[in-house]
Amino acid sequence: MNRGRYLRRRIRSGIFLGLSVGATLFGLGWLGVILGTLLYEGFSGIDLAMFTESTPPPGAMGGLLNAIFGSLMMGTIAVAVGTPIGLLAGTYLAEYGRYTRLAFFLRFVNDILLSAPSIVLGLFIYDVMVLPMGHFSAFAGAAALTVIVIPVVVRTTENMLLLIPNTLREAAIALGATRSHVIRRVTWRAAQAGIVTGALLAVARISGETAPLLFTSLNNQFWSVNPNEPMASLPVAIFQMAMSPYEDWHRLAWSGALLITMAVLALSITARVLESPQERR
Amino acid sequence: MVDLAVKEDVPLLLSSARLSRSYRAERTFKNLTLACALFVAAMFVGIIWSLFDGAWPAIRAFGVGFLFTEAWNPVTERFGALAPIYGTLMTSLIAMLTSVPIGIGIAIFLTELCPRGLRRPIGVAVELLAGIPSIIYGIWGLFVLAPILQQGLMPFLIATFDGVPVLSSLFAGPPYGIGIFTAGLILAIMTLPFVAAITRDVFETVPPVLKEAAYGLGATVWEVQWNVVLPYARSGVVGGVMLALGRALGETMAVTFVIGNAHRISSSLLAPGTTISAAIANEFTEAFGELYTASLVELGLILFFVTFLVLAAAQYMLYQLERRAGGRT
Repeated sequence: MNRGRYLRRRIRSGIFLGLSVGATLFGLGWLGVILGTLLYEGFSGIDLAMFTESTPPPGAMGGLLNAIFGSLMMGTIAVAVGTPIGLLAGTYLAEYGRYTRLAFFLRFVNDILLSAPSIVLGLFIYDVMVLPMGHFSAFAGAAALTVIVIPVVVRTTENMLLLIPNTLREAAIALGATRSHVIRRVTWRAAQAGIVTGALLAVARISGETAPLLFTSLNNQFWSVNPNEPMASLPVAIFQMAMSPYEDWHRLAWSGALLITMAVLALSITARVLESPQERR
Repeated sequence: MVDLAVKEDVPLLLSSARLSRSYRAERTFKNLTLACALFVAAMFVGIIWSLFDGAWPAIRAFGVGFLFTEAWNPVTERFGALAPIYGTLMTSLIAMLTSVPIGIGIAIFLTELCPRGLRRPIGVAVELLAGIPSIIYGIWGLFVLAPILQQGLMPFLIATFDGVPVLSSLFAGPPYGIGIFTAGLILAIMTLPFVAAITRDVFETVPPVLKEAAYGLGATVWEVQWNVVLPYARSGVVGGVMLALGRALGETMAVTFVIGNAHRISSSLLAPGTTISAAIANEFTEAFGELYTASLVELGLILFFVTFLVLAAAQYMLYQLERRAGGRT
């Protein structure tokens, strides 16, 4: 055996593996710095006023109450409308369609929508809702978010239903249950945790979405509960305040950003915990 | 007793009225799920149709020349997409060149080198980071990264490459802090967890037998990664990278904060520019006149078309990998 050559190979291996450790430290380091800054800058701005006052006029102080409410309201509508549609569509793909050409095509379209640029979805809703209605509204914002929710729920629902063993379905059918009965009482129930996970992931996904809201729900400096009017949302409020020249507003923007990140992390962690007994790959 | 109950039940169950009612309920439920599934397709068609519809005045006015014109002048109503297209491609290129090697490095670390106890926590952390909204990266880029670049890295790059043939024009001009380069870096940091998570998943589909065989022949850890794992996982890694590219191309908020929104193409990477999504986000609500709005929508159409191609290719690659993985087990 050629010792020198072997040594060279070992050294080469060591160098590249060292680089991969370095890459990990470097990559995770950046992300750590981002989260660190967010915590540091965000916490200093969080106070009671943030949750009790609406977004301020230029040069004044205020809170984020109307933006938080707007985000919650539009998010709720989007999830309430999007989840049932996504659930049923995912059920079709997993239970009825499965190997058909149509299901194959729909799966492809759904995966495209899943990663399509969200700003384009905003343009779509602008064209089909804002223009006909003649004004920006929270309804339009919720619709844009619904377009984002549906593909997420479809994908997770289908994945979860496919994990259910066929023997379970066969047993139910052998007992005389009809197809829809099997789906509603057996497979949905078995996949329950997974389906909830899908909805949670969808909420996590839309809670930080800014681009599709910019020209659907627009923004509103004042407290408003009318979904037929323009409405503030956390991400859009953050965007506008961060781009402003006022120092106070920047602080508020950081606090809002921290709020969103915390919400998203909490949702993703909950989804992960729910999912874990089902799926262990 | 049990037998009797069954005997009484059976004729009831098969009575034609009840059976047809049951059939009808079955059909209704199936059609309902089908309708929802078709709704997904309808959204897709609706998006394409509405973009074409909205972009039509611009398509008619500028034709194919729209793609190759740099001008963007709302006053004279002369619009061209070249600068945003250039910005979109350039920022995504910078992002991919940075995040792909680092992401693959993280994946190798996670699948091969990481102590078992740390594997899950780090893996989970990476996945959680992949879900953080892009606006967070944008605000961090504006308030933290841009000042650092302006005072530190950018003057350094300009001074270092001054006089070097190609590089001096790539890194030239006053250090604004914001611009194509900054946007590319932010996109890189944002896509990094995504690339790392997908690559790791793909690496884990490599059958252990293959790696063990290579180790058995005396290969070093790096040789196993380079000659066995990477070739086996190639289509999956390429698919994952394309998926990340699709995100980078369409990303709006991380870019809009730091791009500078200037409709021009500079030879310097440090100069402000714009991307398709940033141009739409910045100008759409303020656009006056039919042609201005239509031009922005046409930008959206171009973006949708490009990301569609990239994402479709990604789907195809990942599908190949899935089929192969399925065929072997």
